[in-house]
Amino acid sequence: MSSVLYDTPGPRAKRRNVLFSVVFFVLLALLLWWVWQKMDDKDQLTSALWKPFTESEAWTTYLLPGLENTLKAAALSMVIALPLGAVFGIARLSDHRWVRAVSGTVVEFFRSIPVLLLMLFANEFYARSTDVTSEDRPLYAVVTGLVLYNASVLAEVVRAGILSLPKGQTEAAYAIGLRKGQTMSSILLPQAVTAMLPAIVSQLVVIVKDTALGGVMLGFPELLNSRGTLAANYANVIPSFIVVAIMFIVLNFILTSFASWLERYLRRSKRSTGAVLGVDKVDDLNAAEVGGGFGSGASA
Amino acid sequence: MTVKLTALSAVGSLVWGTLLAGMRVSPVPLMRGFGTAYVNIVRNIPLTVIILFSSLGLADVFGMTLGAEDFKIQGFRLAVLGLSAYTAAFVCEAIRSGINTVPMGQAEAARAIGLSFTQTLTLIVLPQAFRSVIGPLANVLIALTKNTTVAAAIGVAEAAYLMKTMIENEAQTLLIGAVFAFGFVVLTLPTGLILGWLSKRLAVKR
Repeated sequence: MSSVLYDTPGPRAKRRNVLFSVVFFVLLALLLWWVWQKMDDKDQLTSALWKPFTESEAWTTYLLPGLENTLKAAALSMVIALPLGAVFGIARLSDHRWVRAVSGTVVEFFRSIPVLLLMLFANEFYARSTDVTSEDRPLYAVVTGLVLYNASVLAEVVRAGILSLPKGQTEAAYAIGLRKGQTMSSILLPQAVTAMLPAIVSQLVVIVKDTALGGVMLGFPELLNSRGTLAANYANVIPSFIVVAIMFIVLNFILTSFASWLERYLRRSKRSTGAVLGVDKVDDLNAAEVGGGFGSGASA
Repeated sequence: MTVKLTALSAVGSLVWGTLLAGMRVSPVPLMRGFGTAYVNIVRNIPLTVIILFSSLGLADVFGMTLGAEDFKIQGFRLAVLGLSAYTAAFVCEAIRSGINTVPMGQAEAARAIGLSFTQTLTLIVLPQAFRSVIGPLANVLIALTKNTTVAAAIGVAEAAYLMKTMIENEAQTLLIGAVFAFGFVVLTLPTGLILGWLSKRLAVKR
């Protein structure tokens, strides 16, 4: 890696860098050693605590069902949120002012509320106003919360995706006599979907991470929640946390890598218009206003 | 409580995030590796896991109470710690992208007049980078405001926790939900607008 921030190191700078490396390594090693020592002190390294993870029981009874529930909630939310998001995203681009205003308000409202509040509220709502059984309720509440939130984020993704297409596409479509609906469905959307794919995949990471909220606050038996039962059973809080964290990291790392690969692939491919919504875009859209509807121009 | 949590974590994550960003562009490969690893790992763990770990793991098992006598203060401090550690990864990414937007000529000129890496970074590049990343940082701040609700998981009495208890005790679910939702809109909307305006005003004109 060559950087403009520093000169190519000469002999003295090389020596200094090696010195820094050594110092930093020692500090890091000290830190790790201290953590290790601490863990040893509290008997967290004894094999008894780690042994459950080498046997199939811990996986089949706790972790895998948990993972399955996490994935189920995430997939369900994504599948429901996508069409909803598409509808709202397109509505925000409508020519009619009131359609724009209504959908804009809905989207901005749900984007500025924490998912957790939405989940809690949905949970209570289902408990009081519907006859969803108490077993299903956590899943319903988690999915509802995630759908409401992510549909509005995806609406922004869709909107940004459509806006990222060159203007000539719309103009050409009008020129050959297509109507607004036709232009949207046969010209803009197909191209926008390709452009949005990386952003959608990385939104999936956010969804997967947010399912963990439901586990803690609503008792939805997903990965983090089943970690609790597992730890209660084997009395291994720290090892179980580490294993679950690694599972999340691996899962999300696969998704992120896939999203970046997709982004690079789409940028390279010749068939698209070259408009691609990058992975970084999603971080911006997940926060509320800035760069969004009120157009501060911070993103784009 | 939500505001206090946000403010403290924002400061914490800004400092730690800037340090991380510095590491990620530094000439020392080991530091670069550490910065990259930290960001990639922390970004991919749910915040809930981090917060819960800081409570159950750090406090209960390792007995890290952070000098708090009372359980509530301890929960609060641990929440700040967890939120800072998590948000720092996002701050780091924002600042790094800001550093990339500073034209090469600036850093080259700085090197040409003989400034060292630290000087180049702190005197020339970072001041300009900060001004250009106010927008992205505002996004991080808003996300942080929303993320503070997760601290309810370890019993910090912020908005989500209060809402949960209130909803369980009172009959008017809808009204309470609406009030809390409105509270968050009031918190995040002006932040976004003000910082958006600020980012435009302070943007380096090129």
